Amino acid sequence: MNPTTVRSVGVDLQEVNEDTHRLVQAIEHDNPEATVRHLPGLVKITVPGRLVIRRETVEQRLGRDWETHEFQLAIVSYYGHIKDWDDDEIVISWDH
Amino acid sequence: MAKMSMKQRYSALTRDLSWEPSYVRPETMFPYTSFEGIKIHDWSKWEDPFRLTVDAYTKYQAEKDRRLYAVLDGFAQSQGHLSLSEARYLNAMKLFLQGVTPLEYQAHRNFSFLARHLNGAGPRFAALCQSIDELRHAQTEIHTLSNYNRYYSGLHAFNTMHDRVWYLSVPKSYFDDAVSAGPFEFLIAIGFSFEYLLTNLLFVPFMSGASFNGDLPSMTFGFSAQSDESRHMTLGLEAIKFLLEQDEANVPIVQDWIDKWFWRGYRLTSLIAAMLDYMLPKKVMSWKESFELYFERQMLDGLFPDLAYYGIKPPRHVQHAVAEKDYLSHQVQWVLYQFSFAAAFTTTVPEPAELDWLSEKYPDSFDRLYRPLWDKAKRIQDDGGRFFFQGLPQLCQTCQVPMLFTEPGDPTTICQRSSEYQGEHYNFCSDGCKWIFDREPEKYVQAWLPVHQIFQGNCGGPTVPEVLAWYGIQDGDNGEYLGSVDNQNWIGWHAGAGVKTTTVGG
Repeated sequence: MNPTTVRSVGVDLQEVNEDTHRLVQAIEHDNPEATVRHLPGLVKITVPGRLVIRRETVEQRLGRDWETHEFQLAIVSYYGHIKDWDDDEIVISWDH
Repeated sequence: MAKMSMKQRYSALTRDLSWEPSYVRPETMFPYTSFEGIKIHDWSKWEDPFRLTVDAYTKYQAEKDRRLYAVLDGFAQSQGHLSLSEARYLNAMKLFLQGVTPLEYQAHRNFSFLARHLNGAGPRFAALCQSIDELRHAQTEIHTLSNYNRYYSGLHAFNTMHDRVWYLSVPKSYFDDAVSAGPFEFLIAIGFSFEYLLTNLLFVPFMSGASFNGDLPSMTFGFSAQSDESRHMTLGLEAIKFLLEQDEANVPIVQDWIDKWFWRGYRLTSLIAAMLDYMLPKKVMSWKESFELYFERQMLDGLFPDLAYYGIKPPRHVQHAVAEKDYLSHQVQWVLYQFSFAAAFTTTVPEPAELDWLSEKYPDSFDRLYRPLWDKAKRIQDDGGRFFFQGLPQLCQTCQVPMLFTEPGDPTTICQRSSEYQGEHYNFCSDGCKWIFDREPEKYVQAWLPVHQIFQGNCGGPTVPEVLAWYGIQDGDNGEYLGSVDNQNWIGWHAGAGVKTTTVGG
């Protein structure tokens, strides 16, 4: 593999409601390199190397408490490894 | 006492509730995890990044179901089916209900087997959640699509059809192959190859297609199911990493399974290719685009460089799949068009705008190879005819798809491979399917091939009407879409005057 290439990771979310909209905003905020693509019913977010979803940023956007488990209601698919999923953040990246 | 963190809760509720057997040997308690040759030294190394506990699981699953049923109720009350793009859109959903829903139930059964028989508490709990998920998927899919069964044909006997109808033996035999394998091969077959490698090709286009064609309930159940799917993807990925990290001797075994199950799954997706390019009146993305995005970019460029660390190579025969992307959907749909008199869905010549869309999406192949076929079919229909193939196709012994695929690099020559085994001759559609047979001929000689079964007299009788009756196919389920019961009803419902409905089914 060419070591200079940064492989992308990504997550697909359902485009259902205002909560998803704010979730996408939070992800864009924490991942400035994110590319967001809209497909019917679906938002596709791609980031080079590493994607992070932070509870605090999501809570700010939603204006309410949000536990990271709740991300399960929005996620449709992803690619990469889920490196970490704890109370404060979800991290997706490749291992090697 | 302070609230426990997610990590602590997961550890307390999943790992700490497990115990070591003291009065039976582990081999007696877990008898299925040694015969495949996989070596596991430390089951506690299995990771579950979701750190899902039973309380969080039930809380969020209940919420997912509440959201889905709110949509179903609203759609039914408002006669939502009238806002579909067109009645023929439902051919995609008929294929889904007949072909995929029974697989969800099979997955439920086998994951519940794993939830008992894997040695580690972490993978057992993940398998238990997946088992319950799969049951939920089967139930919600049946429930969602049952609303259409009141108004449209082809949805009334999906389970009988799954066991009997020729094209449905493709998904059925695929899953039978997986559930009759050992637990580790099943994890690679379904957990990894199906759920991680190919799931996006299988499901996401269906759901986006539903969204684009006004099918809100299917979109909602699809995304509801798919939100569990991300957990299933994780289970598959953890499974493969765990096996590869536990012992180097596992690597060649896993590579063989990846090679086999990539090709098995890929052949299954040929039905999806036809659905995506031909069955959706409003197109979302082409099969080729979907393959390039979800498979080439995300898997070949993303995942496989990661697995190279363990010595894993991209799947054998993957170059044939890449080379077929310009032809696959057209070859499959052309066969479905000719054989839909014996199917529980209808087919028709694509509309002019659809033909143009196909030309645009497939500039290297469509106008040259496939548009002339559709033009010919259209001329025959315009003259009052309708071409159906009179005869039975030869099937591939491994994937059970009719022998319709072409030689790699030569889209005008049908590919045909064969093997001899114990004095018998077996046919294959591709190098991939022949390779799979030659590895385990004793398994695939047992295949229940629908065409052979008809000739052997096991499918209701020797004539087409007898076989169709045995399949459970009723008038209106099959054949040409234009002029069909669904088509006539659709025109009637949208004519503006009073609504008149022709009875669906016999």
